[in-house]
Amino acid sequence: MNRSRIAYGAAVILLAALAAAGLGAIVLKAIGASPIDTYVTIFTGPFSDVFGITEILVRAIPLILVGLGIAIAFRSGIINIGAEGQMLMGILAATATALALPGLPRYALLTLVMLAGALGGGLWAGIAGLLRARLGVNEILSTVMLNYIAAQFYTFFLRGPMIDPGELETGSGTPQSMRLPESAILSHLVPGTRLHTGLVLALVLCVCVYFFLWHTTFGFRLRAAGAEAKAARYAGINVPGSLVAAMVLSGSFAGIAGAVEVTGVHHRAIENITSGYGFAGIVVALFGALHPAGIVPAAVFFGLLLVGSDMTQRSAGVPANMILVLQGVIILCIVSAKMYLNNAYAQERAARFFSRLRAKTPPESAKTGGQP
Amino acid sequence: MTHGFVYNILLLGVPFSVALLLASLGEMFNQRAGVFNLGCEGIMCMGAFLGFLPPYFLKDGPLAPYGILLGFAIAMVAGILLGLLFALVTVTFRAEQGIAGIGLQMFGWGVAGTLFRHFIGGVTGVEGMAAWAVPGLSRIPFLGDLLFNHNPMVYLAFLMVPGSWYLLFKTPWGLKVRAVGTAPRAADSMGINVNLVRYQALMLGGAMAGLGGAYLSLCQAKMFADDLVAGRGFIAVALVYFGRWNPIGIMGGALLFSLAQSLQLSIQVGGIKFPYEFAVMLPYVLVILVLSLTRKARMLGPSSLGIPYNREMRY
Repeated sequence: MNRSRIAYGAAVILLAALAAAGLGAIVLKAIGASPIDTYVTIFTGPFSDVFGITEILVRAIPLILVGLGIAIAFRSGIINIGAEGQMLMGILAATATALALPGLPRYALLTLVMLAGALGGGLWAGIAGLLRARLGVNEILSTVMLNYIAAQFYTFFLRGPMIDPGELETGSGTPQSMRLPESAILSHLVPGTRLHTGLVLALVLCVCVYFFLWHTTFGFRLRAAGAEAKAARYAGINVPGSLVAAMVLSGSFAGIAGAVEVTGVHHRAIENITSGYGFAGIVVALFGALHPAGIVPAAVFFGLLLVGSDMTQRSAGVPANMILVLQGVIILCIVSAKMYLNNAYAQERAARFFSRLRAKTPPESAKTGGQP
Repeated sequence: MTHGFVYNILLLGVPFSVALLLASLGEMFNQRAGVFNLGCEGIMCMGAFLGFLPPYFLKDGPLAPYGILLGFAIAMVAGILLGLLFALVTVTFRAEQGIAGIGLQMFGWGVAGTLFRHFIGGVTGVEGMAAWAVPGLSRIPFLGDLLFNHNPMVYLAFLMVPGSWYLLFKTPWGLKVRAVGTAPRAADSMGINVNLVRYQALMLGGAMAGLGGAYLSLCQAKMFADDLVAGRGFIAVALVYFGRWNPIGIMGGALLFSLAQSLQLSIQVGGIKFPYEFAVMLPYVLVILVLSLTRKARMLGPSSLGIPYNREMRY
């Protein structure tokens, strides 16, 4: 029974993945690229050298962090589409902290920078949480709008108050901040690559989120409020309060993702720094079944997808926007497949079908064995 | 001078409202039927790009005069197809509508961007739709230029306001739409095919969002860029709340937003010192404000909004 259930789940997910690949193939055909070649490049290209493999992990780090945050929100019954904006606010706060306190010892400074990132992202997300809890504002719309607002806010700071004085002197005026002090830069895990110690932080936080959601009272309250708000209210759980708390937590993870990205990869706040991680993180969280144990492999998979689609842009001339197309169809296919995954009736029928299959394959032995 | 300043804001604001108005009226039908379509943004992106293609490719050919009409037609067809896709996901597969909408938004945005990079690559303009002054009416002083000297799509969009009011409140189909959005089970027991009506509403909404997108690239900006739509699809969804699921309220909301946008442009052009980024933020902040202030209105909305209809489920 259990095995057939797993087989059933795997079959549904496989079908959804095939549907997503098929929809993507139509778009690839439309621009005259070979779908098979493109998919082969995406999935095998990054494995050709060590740099490619580490690059997958570099992309997976922010995806894990953002995905964790989004999973917390979704599990608590509030949808967070605003990770992109929360990352930007986290980056602003983290960069400002690092630039303001360059004299601090390394570990103290890095801790402060991460906390500042969490605070920036968390407060920004808290706006949407409060609006939902107090005024019933649809959190999807408000987080999308907060994304647009944060993007403008971010460019305002990069062009104005936080611009690198060097840029003004030379007159090039590239909107970017000063380089972070060395003590605020994460060290590299593999020399000669961009892989940094943020990976360790991301994995540690994964374990923390698991314990928080499934082994603490607070986490249980959040999940209860998300699973069935009415029942949670009867049980005395403050549902609006837990919505706000979930949103703040969710945003602080996006903020940490931003802080890790700026201290680990770019070493200064630049334009387009989030490169769509905020949106890809939603897909990662859904693909990872909103569970830390699923989010890590999902993040690595999407890291592969991101690096691979960069390669197709260079080798096959497939525009990088193709990654958005794939992410979109994957979301559509996952949410569609959910109806069959959670449907006890369909599961039962599939189980019966499987057992009939198993009974049919050895018909002789089954018959003789049954009636001696 | 102040008279001129205000007049210019109004003059720009009217045509700016069209894309929002079209998409928002379409979204109204979706929501009245009980489906919350956030994919509106993605459909608008596709409409804006595909609508732009025919006039771009037919520029110097003999068919050039028909390019724009063809563009609008293709944008509508694309909108209908994307509406069908969204219906398949949310009505047939009963998926969570909010997340599915974000999926459709990414899909539409991504496809438009990918095709744009491949077929066109850089920013190029098209001639766009010429203004057509309504004979007689356009000669009314002050109001003539303001209301009756625009491109034909402006008139069409504003005619759609009473049109969709009539369709929603005075026709059998409109009654069905409202029924499946409020009490799908009761509608089903009266022999209405709930899912079919939702499919139809999503196709209509998709067509209108496609038109709205095409209006952006063909009449308003007269060019295409990746971020041309810039959240207007999401604003259109918010406007439905603001307009209390009623075409006339939605028209008011669309005008409010377009006036905010033309005010922002006038401020920039007028050289008033105000950080550019904060001016661009304005409409998005306005959406959040509007949503915060319409709490009570939500009671008036379709009661089954966002809930997929499952015939086999007992309540």
